Amino acid sequence: MAADGSLAMSGTAGVSAGRANSLQRFARRRSTIAFVMTLPLLVVIVGLVAYPAAFGIYLSMLNRRMTAFAGTLNFELLFESETFWMVAFQSCFFAITAVLLKASIGFWLAHMLHHIPNNRQRKWRGMLLVPWVIPPALSTLGWWWMFDPSYSSINWLLSIISVPEVPWLGHHWWARIAIIMVNVWIGAPFFMIMYLAALKSVPEQLYEAAAIDGATSWQRLRYVTLPMMANIISITVLFSLIVTFANYDIVRVLTNGGPRDLTHVFASYAFQVGILSGNIPRGAAVSLFMFPILAICAFFVLRSVTRRNKEQM
Amino acid sequence: MAQVSLRRIVKAYEGDVQAVKGIDLEIADHEFVVLVGPSGCGKSTTLRMIAGLEEITDGEIAIGGTIVNDIPPRDRDIAMVFQNYALYPHMSVYENMAFGLTLRKFPKAEIDKRVKEAARILDITPLLERKPKALSGGQRQRVAMGRAIVRDPKVFLFDEPLSNLDAKLRVQMRTEIKKVHQTVNTTTVYVTHDQVEAMTLADRVVVMNHGVIEQVGPPQELYHNPATRFVAGFIGSPAMNFIPARLEEASGALRLQLPQGIVLDVPEARTARYRQHAGKPVLFGIRPEHLTDDKPTDKTNPAPLSLTPEVIEPMGMETLAHFKLDGAEISARLDPATPASVGAPLRLIAHMDQMHLIDPTTDRVL
Repeated sequence: MAADGSLAMSGTAGVSAGRANSLQRFARRRSTIAFVMTLPLLVVIVGLVAYPAAFGIYLSMLNRRMTAFAGTLNFELLFESETFWMVAFQSCFFAITAVLLKASIGFWLAHMLHHIPNNRQRKWRGMLLVPWVIPPALSTLGWWWMFDPSYSSINWLLSIISVPEVPWLGHHWWARIAIIMVNVWIGAPFFMIMYLAALKSVPEQLYEAAAIDGATSWQRLRYVTLPMMANIISITVLFSLIVTFANYDIVRVLTNGGPRDLTHVFASYAFQVGILSGNIPRGAAVSLFMFPILAICAFFVLRSVTRRNKEQM
Repeated sequence: MAQVSLRRIVKAYEGDVQAVKGIDLEIADHEFVVLVGPSGCGKSTTLRMIAGLEEITDGEIAIGGTIVNDIPPRDRDIAMVFQNYALYPHMSVYENMAFGLTLRKFPKAEIDKRVKEAARILDITPLLERKPKALSGGQRQRVAMGRAIVRDPKVFLFDEPLSNLDAKLRVQMRTEIKKVHQTVNTTTVYVTHDQVEAMTLADRVVVMNHGVIEQVGPPQELYHNPATRFVAGFIGSPAMNFIPARLEEASGALRLQLPQGIVLDVPEARTARYRQHAGKPVLFGIRPEHLTDDKPTDKTNPAPLSLTPEVIEPMGMETLAHFKLDGAEISARLDPATPASVGAPLRLIAHMDQMHLIDPTTDRVL
């Protein structure tokens, strides 16, 4: 009413007062405040996720000298390259095997820890977390010494029980196994700690009810523990799959992709092609390759997590 | 169907803390027995030992004549309903109820028949496809009972099954449980801390305190003839009044000397029973319902006394009045029509044929 009144009285002053009023109203709207408060996050996402991703896609579409737009040429060339398919196979083999082993060993360790009384559990938990806490580049260096053909401590231990010497990093299959071993050693404690927390959250009475219903310990695991942990298992596996797929440091330190490029994964191969060989667009194309695979995995896993949450929680 | 026998059952935890101190109990076939007592009295531990969820430190438990001390829960042929229902959240109501039978490899048709029959008894047929999350507290409780019923076990065990429900639903489910027991007639051991639940459900009530059984008996027996001060005070609501007194003998008759110079005559029928305690301090126990306003009544041996109420609680069908007598808290049940007000002395009548005397040194009812 006041704005209308002043508008009627004098022309210009009334217009500017009305504008200030509506501006104030706009600033006070809940949606405006919400937008302003989320702005820092939006800036971070745009700056650190959207822009690099878009720039990566842009890079992958340039020619080698980065002077002209080359369309999908880089991808086409990759699809024709035998090495690339070998890297794709090795990445999938490495990530899937390592994640399965990490999840199984982590689950087993969590179960063992869960059955230790709380007061004695802490020191075991601490000790078992050590591999996860040491910087991977350093611990991998330690493993590299243990695998070294001249003074391999692992081979020395094997020789005690009369097992012949293993060419850990010399033969491509042994090298692949060695990489997986190190990755599992570093990553299993993470699964252990996540699964231990999940195990602790399963109500004890469900196990008691199952015991009375007639379940053996194996059936309690199958029908109570696993379904109750389904969400945390799928989320940790998805998360670890993404991180393991993108793993770079272990391959770089342990084998540097050798022998004969047979142990490269996407990240180390992208580095080799993009940085060491100076073909940045091609390297970008390599690293973009895993994105659609992981996106599809993430979509299905997260959808089933949401569904279970709706049903059970 | 089976009887359950507990013989000298002991449960001790680390550090020699005894939760159950050598109890004996025989539960007959088809009987509904309620273990009742305050928290920490050992009632849940006893139930869990029957279930096989707790190890027995000493003694013997037999179900249907077989000693089950070393038999795991799944082979004891029992079913249990937990306080928080313990339904499997990832299974539908049907799957929850069928789970025990599936594990025991029952044929599908038989499982289906039993689940549907139990669902009919409990009136949960429309809920069979739902997950526990989509059920109310009362419905979850029914499913938990259904899971027990379908198994057709030798013994039902209930561990405070109504504690998580609101007051109204609790009364309703109490009736349901009684109805179900009348239908399936399985031997039942039921644990609760609520004496009303115990009184209304049980064929026999077992009152426990500090790991021992205080008294076992039908509800009315416990109400009218409590064996100890604990049982007298635990059974009945509001609780029995205890007033320190002295038993005196004068010319062959006994009378109670209460604080503030109140004297109550002990009925002749009780004289022989109490004579040997004459001259000793005792605790005079009388229930609020036997301490009423002074009105002509057909009850025998009314003894008048005058007290000043501190709090008046009108309940509709009755009025509760609370007094203080030399430190002892006393309550009385009054006719709602009685004009009672705080601070104004009130003439009461103690129905002495319902009196109890307790030896303050042993806490046993004389």
